[in-house]
Amino acid sequence: MLQLLWTVPALPAAGFVVLALLNRRLSRRAAALIGAGFVGLSAVVAMLIAVSFIASPPPGHAYHQVLWTWFDTGGLRPQIAFYLDAMSVIFILVITVVGFLIHLYSTEFMERDEGFTRFFMYMNLFVASMLVLVLADNLLLLYLGWEGVGLCSYLLIAFWQKDVKNVYAGRKAFIITRVGDTALIVGLFLLFTQLHTLEIQPLMAGAAKNWATGSGVAVAAAALLLGGAVGKSAQLPLQTWLPDAMAGPTPVSALIHAATMVTAGVYLIARTNVLFTLAPDVRLAVAIIGTVTLLYACFSALAQHDIKRVLAYSTMSQIGYMFLALGVAGWSAAIFHFMTHAFFKALLFLAAGVVIEALGGEHDIFKMGGLRRKLPVAFWAFIIGAASLSALPLITDGFYSKDLIIETSLGAVDGNAWLWLGALAGSLLTSIYAFRLVFVVFFGDQQTPVTLRPRWRMQLPLVVLSVLSVVGGLVWLPGWMGGFHPLETFLDTALPVTQTVASSFAYTGVSALLTSLVAVVGVALATVWLVESRAALKDFAARPTPHALQEFWLHGWGFDWLYEHVFVIPVKWFARVSRNDLVEPAVSGIAWLNVQAWRALSASQNGLLRVYIGVAGVGLAIIVAFVVLR
Amino acid sequence: MILLWYILIPAAAAPLAWLLSRSQPQVARWVAVGGTALPLALVTWQWVSEAGALRAAFTAHGPGAAGLVQGTWLAHVHAAWISPLGISFFLAEDGLTLIMLVLTFAMGLLAVIASWRGITERVGFFHFMILWTTAALAGVFLSLDLFLFYFFFEMMLIPMYFVIALWGHERRVYAAVKFFIFTQASGLLMLIAILALYFIHGRATGTYTFDFTQLLGTRMPSATAFLLMLGFFAAFAVKLPVFPLHTWLPDAHTEAPTAGSVILAGVLIKIGAYGMIRFMVPLFPQATFDFRTVAMILAVIGIIYGAVMAYAQRDLKRLVAYTSVSHMGFVLLGIFAWNTLALQGVVLQIVCHALSTGALFILVGTLQDRIHTRDMTKMGGLWAIAPRMGGTAMFFALASLGLPGLGNFVAEFLILLGTWQVSKWAAVLGALGLVFATVYALWMMQRAFQGEETHALRFHDLVPRETGMYAALIAALVVLGFYPQPLIATARQTVTAVQQITAGTPLSSQANVAAQLIVAAGETQAEAIVADRAPTDGER
Repeated sequence: MLQLLWTVPALPAAGFVVLALLNRRLSRRAAALIGAGFVGLSAVVAMLIAVSFIASPPPGHAYHQVLWTWFDTGGLRPQIAFYLDAMSVIFILVITVVGFLIHLYSTEFMERDEGFTRFFMYMNLFVASMLVLVLADNLLLLYLGWEGVGLCSYLLIAFWQKDVKNVYAGRKAFIITRVGDTALIVGLFLLFTQLHTLEIQPLMAGAAKNWATGSGVAVAAAALLLGGAVGKSAQLPLQTWLPDAMAGPTPVSALIHAATMVTAGVYLIARTNVLFTLAPDVRLAVAIIGTVTLLYACFSALAQHDIKRVLAYSTMSQIGYMFLALGVAGWSAAIFHFMTHAFFKALLFLAAGVVIEALGGEHDIFKMGGLRRKLPVAFWAFIIGAASLSALPLITDGFYSKDLIIETSLGAVDGNAWLWLGALAGSLLTSIYAFRLVFVVFFGDQQTPVTLRPRWRMQLPLVVLSVLSVVGGLVWLPGWMGGFHPLETFLDTALPVTQTVASSFAYTGVSALLTSLVAVVGVALATVWLVESRAALKDFAARPTPHALQEFWLHGWGFDWLYEHVFVIPVKWFARVSRNDLVEPAVSGIAWLNVQAWRALSASQNGLLRVYIGVAGVGLAIIVAFVVLR
Repeated sequence: MILLWYILIPAAAAPLAWLLSRSQPQVARWVAVGGTALPLALVTWQWVSEAGALRAAFTAHGPGAAGLVQGTWLAHVHAAWISPLGISFFLAEDGLTLIMLVLTFAMGLLAVIASWRGITERVGFFHFMILWTTAALAGVFLSLDLFLFYFFFEMMLIPMYFVIALWGHERRVYAAVKFFIFTQASGLLMLIAILALYFIHGRATGTYTFDFTQLLGTRMPSATAFLLMLGFFAAFAVKLPVFPLHTWLPDAHTEAPTAGSVILAGVLIKIGAYGMIRFMVPLFPQATFDFRTVAMILAVIGIIYGAVMAYAQRDLKRLVAYTSVSHMGFVLLGIFAWNTLALQGVVLQIVCHALSTGALFILVGTLQDRIHTRDMTKMGGLWAIAPRMGGTAMFFALASLGLPGLGNFVAEFLILLGTWQVSKWAAVLGALGLVFATVYALWMMQRAFQGEETHALRFHDLVPRETGMYAALIAALVVLGFYPQPLIATARQTVTAVQQITAGTPLSSQANVAAQLIVAAGETQAEAIVADRAPTDGER
């Protein structure tokens, strides 16, 4: 069964090729069948592989499949080869299953769009690239998948390309992530030059054997990889592309920005955890970046009024939690949160898509309202998603994973009270903005009429994801709940075990209590402010200081403005002034000099005999003088 | 003998095309197809049949494996020509030559097919010029006698000048003259260097010869060597082109007809790279090493400046022309890094750039034929009007920005990796150039093909002939992206040989010394601290 591993990325890739070649000749039905079907098949295979892997694990808990050698020169010999371990299994399951649900949803969501086939073409390519990324056995193939997902995010964000704003958003995403990719590729140069291979497992072994902890080369390598991860995962300081990326169709946002692409950075760091263990300073940086980003994003989310932008900032902050976990060596905890986050974030985006479509394309939450009776499925889906996001205790999967992270942020060997406080504060803010969204969109008075109701292909994924968002966390129960944690045991075969200084029953119990408390308090605050006294809140927000603060947070704390002025405007200026080439004046200058010399010389051809005789005479005099004075 | 055919077939087809087309212009096109397809088939056959020999010629450990010095060529022709002056008719072919020949004939064929409907005046004469250029190019790549090399080098200028001046666009005469003067002047500098080398060698050994294999290793004071190297560098730097000698390129590429641009971008500028690898560096390794820092600075400037310039253009064809400057910056970087990784990357970049940029020029040319403008401000939303063209443009724009999965990525990665081992900052800045490449490529797509359709343009999408051309190029780039090994294996002989020639000089020893240090370090660090990864009892 494991030999079928290569079909998992190959099936969506084949879907891409078929859709690309047959593009115009396919009916909508056929395109939908191919597009969603290939991903669905891939999901089935992934599930079979997972079952086989868990039931009878291969030796060393890892399976390696080589397809062919990519190229071989100068000591570099990357292969098109796949490596499957526990972490990869989790990733391919999430990618293919959630991906399939989103594809199914899209067959209805995009049904009236004229670029229907093109959409599924890009979506299939995206799933294929992401699968290559997580299954790659060497960093160069990983980089191929990495850029592939970057490309597809550009293509899909700019999907409605008649509107230049969407194209601009897509370009922005691609360019900013490419800046991160530059760091990553330099990291690849460093790693290959030092350790003579780009294959991940030998690389990790080589680094562990040859590099001292804290050595310059380990720090450099880890920092460069972190640079790449930060770009792809939209963490500070390369996070500005994510909110604008919401210009794409909602299923795209669901797939790329919630469930998969942005977690590529998390995957990279977890996969190369040895390097980060060898560079504790960089690992601390990972944790700090995660914490700062999650707080940044929470505040920004509070001020947004576009439903998708709230969710975008929410993704940013949840990835921050994953980075925080990675930073304190909570490797498995980060993967657990990745899984639960995939479920509830996709759920939230898909539900938001239902709302947007139902209201004829309205994105502004303050023009929504009172939808809980009109769109019941979306309402319940959203409630479950928001509850999971807020980590409401026990009944949501977000609780288990977020609690684990918060617990680890203090309890791990590298844990830190500041990180823990940041995580808790973020959790409070998260439940506030999450339920702000719920209350504003689904409660209150209805502002815009509902013109479209979702049918089964949009409702079924919502139901499935809702169920997953509730029970998905039960695979790793905390210590005080009985210690049922098959997921942890499974991931321990691939990732190092987190070392903790505090993990007793009491500690984990108290931690869970605090997390729950914070979540519930957040919901309560949201209720008070947004349901009970909405008018008072409005008045408060209209006052100068709160208003200024809201504007500041609304525009992402001014990062866009900063980057625009530091990078974009100077480059554009330089391009404009040197449009006709800076070197050109030198070349034209030579030509001009020649012309002047020609003018001067041709002025001497004036046809006047006296001038000719005069010049000849002077010349003769000079020659005679030369000869005489020699 | 086969080498003679490579030059003779297009050379004979050239006047034939002109003469036969007096009555029927269409004949010229078919003669031209034959004149390029036939040598292409020949060289492909030779490639396939010599594949085994190429593999055998390369043994990783033997010192005399395959070498220009030992004269183990795939084929060669060596006849006396002007013996009193030491000029011989010396053609030779190794792996690199083979690749360049395939490229020459393929690009020539592509140019002819791309101009099928585009050229309507003086059709016979046009194809005469194209075939003449192809013959001269084949001669350039095959010559190992420096005089013969210079002969063909200058000869290819003339038909190219006519192609630009007679069938080009608005400023064609200006562009053609500029192109001619730049190349001619720098070629003269190279001639001086060649002659100097001839005399120095003659005085030192008594044999006056232009034969490259005999001129290798001529002893001379390092200052002289540096000057001579600069002479060669001048010619190849203008050809490549290297900033700041690049200003002829945007004009020439933009004003040339599509076929001219394809041959210019696809083959002509690669002569710069070829000349450096084949002649300049093996002849003057020490001087190259001394010049390395300057060259790398110029290369990095070329990469980034070329990319920013591309972004700044309003003329779509000029934008594509500047991308050539940027990509050739990578080539220059790789040549001066002078190690296996970088040189293999250079060869791959030569081929992939020709394919992707050639395709872009054809695309822009056919677009201009349809809407009669190259001004991007008059375009917008073209994807909706011609979706197949839009998709094709997107593909080649992605190739241009170095998307993994396509050949250009492998090439640029190898070059930068090789460069990193010689100069870290150059590799980092070069990698940064990839960000700028993204900027111009996506801008091109946005301005021309995406966005709102505002100018009421109506034209037809790609015809089967065009689709066929693009399909071939797309397939080639994808295959090279996932399996470039055949190309690498073919070039391996040359890459090893030229490094062997410069072995013992500071140029190649840096990488070798570094490699040896790494191996030694690995063994001594075996007792180094091992990261603590054992699970402790802190388990949850």
